[in-house]
Amino acid sequence: MWTRFALTVAAVGLISTAAAAGQSPQAAPKPPANEDCLACHGDADAKRADGRTIAVDAKRFEGSTHGPMACVDCHADLAKLTEFPHTDTLAKVACASCHDDIGSKYHDSIHAWAKEKAGLTAAAPACADCHGRHDILKKTDAASRVARANIPSTCGSCHAGIKQKYDAGIHAVALKKGQSNAPVCSDCHTAHTIQRADTTAWRLGLTAECGTCHAGVVASFERTFHGKVNQLGSTRVAACADCHGAHDILPASNPASTISSGHLVATCGKCHAGSNERFVKYDPHPDPQNYKRGAILWWANRFYWVLIPGCFGFFGLHSLLWFWRSRRNGKERGR
Amino acid sequence: MTTVTLEQAELQDRRAPVAPFAAGPAPAPAPAHVRRFDARTRWLHVVIMTTFLGLAATGLPLLFSEAAWAQLLASLFGGFHGAGLVHRVFGAALLGAVVWHVGDVFWRAFVRGETGLFWGPNSMVPQPRDVVDFFGMMKWFAGLGPRPKFEHFTYWEKFDYWAVLWGTALMGAAGLILWFPVAASRILPGWMFNIALFVHGAEASLAIGFIFVVHFFNGHLRPEKFPMDLVIFTGTMPVDDLRHERAAEYDRLLQAGTLASCGAAAPEAAAVTRGWVVGTIGLTLGIGLIGLILYAVLL
Repeated sequence: MWTRFALTVAAVGLISTAAAAGQSPQAAPKPPANEDCLACHGDADAKRADGRTIAVDAKRFEGSTHGPMACVDCHADLAKLTEFPHTDTLAKVACASCHDDIGSKYHDSIHAWAKEKAGLTAAAPACADCHGRHDILKKTDAASRVARANIPSTCGSCHAGIKQKYDAGIHAVALKKGQSNAPVCSDCHTAHTIQRADTTAWRLGLTAECGTCHAGVVASFERTFHGKVNQLGSTRVAACADCHGAHDILPASNPASTISSGHLVATCGKCHAGSNERFVKYDPHPDPQNYKRGAILWWANRFYWVLIPGCFGFFGLHSLLWFWRSRRNGKERGR
Repeated sequence: MTTVTLEQAELQDRRAPVAPFAAGPAPAPAPAHVRRFDARTRWLHVVIMTTFLGLAATGLPLLFSEAAWAQLLASLFGGFHGAGLVHRVFGAALLGAVVWHVGDVFWRAFVRGETGLFWGPNSMVPQPRDVVDFFGMMKWFAGLGPRPKFEHFTYWEKFDYWAVLWGTALMGAAGLILWFPVAASRILPGWMFNIALFVHGAEASLAIGFIFVVHFFNGHLRPEKFPMDLVIFTGTMPVDDLRHERAAEYDRLLQAGTLASCGAAAPEAAAVTRGWVVGTIGLTLGIGLIGLILYAVLL
């Protein structure tokens, strides 16, 4: 009785162990390799049922920054699939599963808000709309959609009107001449944390951005009432873009410029109703050290540089002597 | 060391070479207190002091807009716009007070026929004796002579007075240009706004530094007066103070026999308390603002 039971248990154990060992390769099938995917998608004429292309240019993919990666690294839901062809609808590629810091930045941007909250699902860009899909290149690659020189075109593919204005401005001209530090969209608007252009925080930060190149001009602006109020956190006074324009900035020598002599009265008049030719003789970028820019301001600066230290020095000394004399007399008296 | 001792020490200095006050005709019995400032003068001081403090507190955030405390100080007045509004209201009030005062002086001189406003011992106009007093004071500082016998107004008080008058006129004009730039542009070129802003700021630095350091010391914080002189709040001072501080005036009144007519009752306890409260608030706020300036400039 006992022996029979033991034998039965051993037999059952042996059989089940063998079964488990034999089953394991079938439970986790090998994910499809890139060649497997390209067997279908490598055909330039490959189409879905609805006629849209599903072709992937293998060469461009291999040359892209993601070239060394497997298709299923991004299309993760295909890694477990055993039956091909797969269904038409796949899970969305989650770039943030690797690029998580950029993903969370993007999530706070106006583009993500538009896509996820405002329902602009077709119009608002996600990662691929700017960076591409199977042909993503590093921004340092001149052919990349997000290379500095190409950013205006990339943004302009949606913001066509702004692109038109930008192209007319001095910054675009400089960029086209090969001046690579000329500002492009992302310098002011950032790449991933793009905000509405009318938010206070964004507008207050702009002056510093212009100052990365125009440091002296911004320093002179910060001496003015406009600049000081701006520094105090108010946007109701003029900052750079209010006078110079935002996308179509032109030098004062260009008659089309907002600050050309012909347009200055109107430009100041946007805030100062009643602006006139005499009014616009104001210097929005004064420099008390620069005699040629304003002799009277230069003299006023000199005058107060003598008067203030002179006055404080004189009466400071007067007070110190007085204090010393009073204490001394007091001590002598106390003795 | 008490205040009294220091004043007595000064008196010692003064007494040595000059005739003691007992000389001259027998005086009428001296009152214990004498009147120095009438009600309108005291009110003028309170208005100037209040508006000046308010102007400084609302203007400094703009002058030191890059300082760490600028936004915080402005936020006490409801941010930049609130501070700007308070600044304009106080500016108009200070300008109004000074204009009223100038009108009052002229009215007293030419309508009421008051004499001695523009020259003489009771006048604010600088006179030769102020130069003499100044050099006398330098000698006293150096231990080379007695403390000068001052008249009704000392040279440093006259400097304070004219600094406020001149400063208010200049800053008021500059302030009005900045307040109404389009209207100003009817007669002035736009670059005058640059000058106006610069002068407004420079003159403000001068005025704030002068009032909150030099005036505070001369008027209140020096050892003889520490921590403050209440005469500008109560209007009266002990006759001993007059004898010590303004010996020439004391002697003159004594000689003329008019000292008794200047006599006043000792200030009421409530007036003294009021003076202490107002003076303490003013001194504290002023010194606090100087602290903020030093923080911005030095750190």
